[in-house]
Amino acid sequence: MTAPDSCRYTPDHEWVRLEGDIVTVGITDHAQEELSDVVFVELPDLGDVDKASPVGVVESVKAASDIYAPIAGEVVEVNMDLVADPSKVNTEPYEGGWIFKMKIADTSQYDALMDASSYTSVVR
Amino acid sequence: MVAFAGWEMPVMYSSIIDEHKAVREKVGVFDISHMGQVFVSGKKSGEWLNRILANDIAKLETREAHYTFLLNDQGGVIDDLIVYRLDETDFLLLINAAKISEDADWLAQHLEEGITMDNLSNEWAGLAVQGPDAAQVYTRITEGRTLPSRNHVDDLTQMGHRVIVCRTGYTGEDGFELFCPSSQATYWWNLLMEEEVTACGLGSRDSLRLEMCYPLNGSDLSSSRTPLQAGLGMFVALDKERFIGGDALRKQKEEGISERLMAIQLDERGAPPRPGYTVVDMNGSPLGTLTSGGLSPSLGAGIGLAYLPTDRVKINTPVQIEVRGKHLPAKVVKKPFYRK
Repeated sequence: MTAPDSCRYTPDHEWVRLEGDIVTVGITDHAQEELSDVVFVELPDLGDVDKASPVGVVESVKAASDIYAPIAGEVVEVNMDLVADPSKVNTEPYEGGWIFKMKIADTSQYDALMDASSYTSVVR
Repeated sequence: MVAFAGWEMPVMYSSIIDEHKAVREKVGVFDISHMGQVFVSGKKSGEWLNRILANDIAKLETREAHYTFLLNDQGGVIDDLIVYRLDETDFLLLINAAKISEDADWLAQHLEEGITMDNLSNEWAGLAVQGPDAAQVYTRITEGRTLPSRNHVDDLTQMGHRVIVCRTGYTGEDGFELFCPSSQATYWWNLLMEEEVTACGLGSRDSLRLEMCYPLNGSDLSSSRTPLQAGLGMFVALDKERFIGGDALRKQKEEGISERLMAIQLDERGAPPRPGYTVVDMNGSPLGTLTSGGLSPSLGAGIGLAYLPTDRVKINTPVQIEVRGKHLPAKVVKKPFYRK
C-alpha cells in the first residue's frame, strides 16, 4: 500500500492534492486494492458541492462504492479517460486514475485532512 | 473476507477477474467446505429419496450424480442440491451452506424406518477444481488416476481416509469436486497449490456461475419460486411416482408459468447491474427485480437474472435496467450468457 506525502487523505479512503486553489481527488491505493478490478466510474457532475456529499461512484466487480466531495467547492473537471479505461484507478491510483478536480475557496478544510503518515496508521 | 452462512470466506485471493479467467482458460480451485454433506443409506433409501427429491433417483446408476431439488408442498425450492449415488443404497447429498439445518430438519421430519441419515457437514471439507486443465491436475495429484466421466464418482481411500470425487461443478467448465474429512483438506489444497492451480474466492464463483445462468439459492431460488419458474424443469421428473411438491408443479405446468427467470444483458459497457436493481420496460414501467447481477468478465458486459412476466417479455425483448435513476438499455437473451 502506498500513500504519497504529496497528498492529504480522508477517512473514506480518498486522496486530495492541492495545487493553487484547485484540488485533485481520487481513491487511495488501499481503496483500490480492497475494491479490486474497477470496471466503471460514475463521474461527478460539474458544479458546486458540499463537503462530504456523494458526487460519484466507483464500481468494481465486487461492489459499488460512493465517492464523496472531500471539501466544499466547485467540481471543475472530471477524468474522461476513465470512461474508456476505468482500470486506471487500479493501476495508477494517484496519477492517471484521478477522478475529479475541484476549485476550493477555503484551504483550511484541506489542511484539516490527514497527512500520509496519519492515513497509513489508520489503514494499517 | 466476508461472513457467509456462518463462515468467514474470501471474496477473492487476488482479483475476481484474474480468478475468473484462470478457471475459463486453465484451472482454479474453490474451497467449498462451507457446503453440507448428508449421507443417506438403508435398503429402501433410493425409494425414500425419490419421494423427497424432485429429479428421478431411479435413473441414477451407481457412482453417478445429478442435480435435483428439495421442494416444499407448494413446489417452492427449499434447496437445490446434487445427489451422488455412491452405491446401490448409499447416497451423498451436497447441500447449500445456508440451508444445512433447514434441509436436515426437513429430511428428519420425513424420515422413515430403515433409513439412516448422517449429517457430516461439520466433519467434511470440499474443494472444487474447475477449468480445462482440471482432469490433468487430477491425474497428477492422485498419482495416475483418471477422472471419472461427467457426473460420475470416484470413491477412493487416501492415507486411510475416504475421498469422494465427482466430475461436477458450478462454473460451466470441466472439473471435479473433491470431498474428504476436514483433517485431510489441507493435504489436498497444498497439492493443488504445488500444481499452480489458482486459488479462487466467492466473487469469481459467483461471476462464473452467473455466466452459465446456474441459480444461487436464496437469490434466484426461494421457497416461493418453483423450479419451473426458474427454467429448471429438466431437473424435475414430473412423470415419476409421487414426490413432495410434485402435485403443485403439475398443476402449475397445466395452468402455465406467468413469470419466468430470464437472462438479461446490457447493450453497452457501463455500470454493472446488481441484485435488487429494477428491470423496466421501454416505457419505464416495472417488470421485475434482478435476483442476480454483475459484470461478466468473459463477455465484458453487464448481465443479470430476473423473474419477468412471460406475457410481456420474450427472448430479444428490449428492456431497461434502472441504475441510480438512469435507465440502461438491455435485452433479454437466451441462456446461458456464456458459451465455449
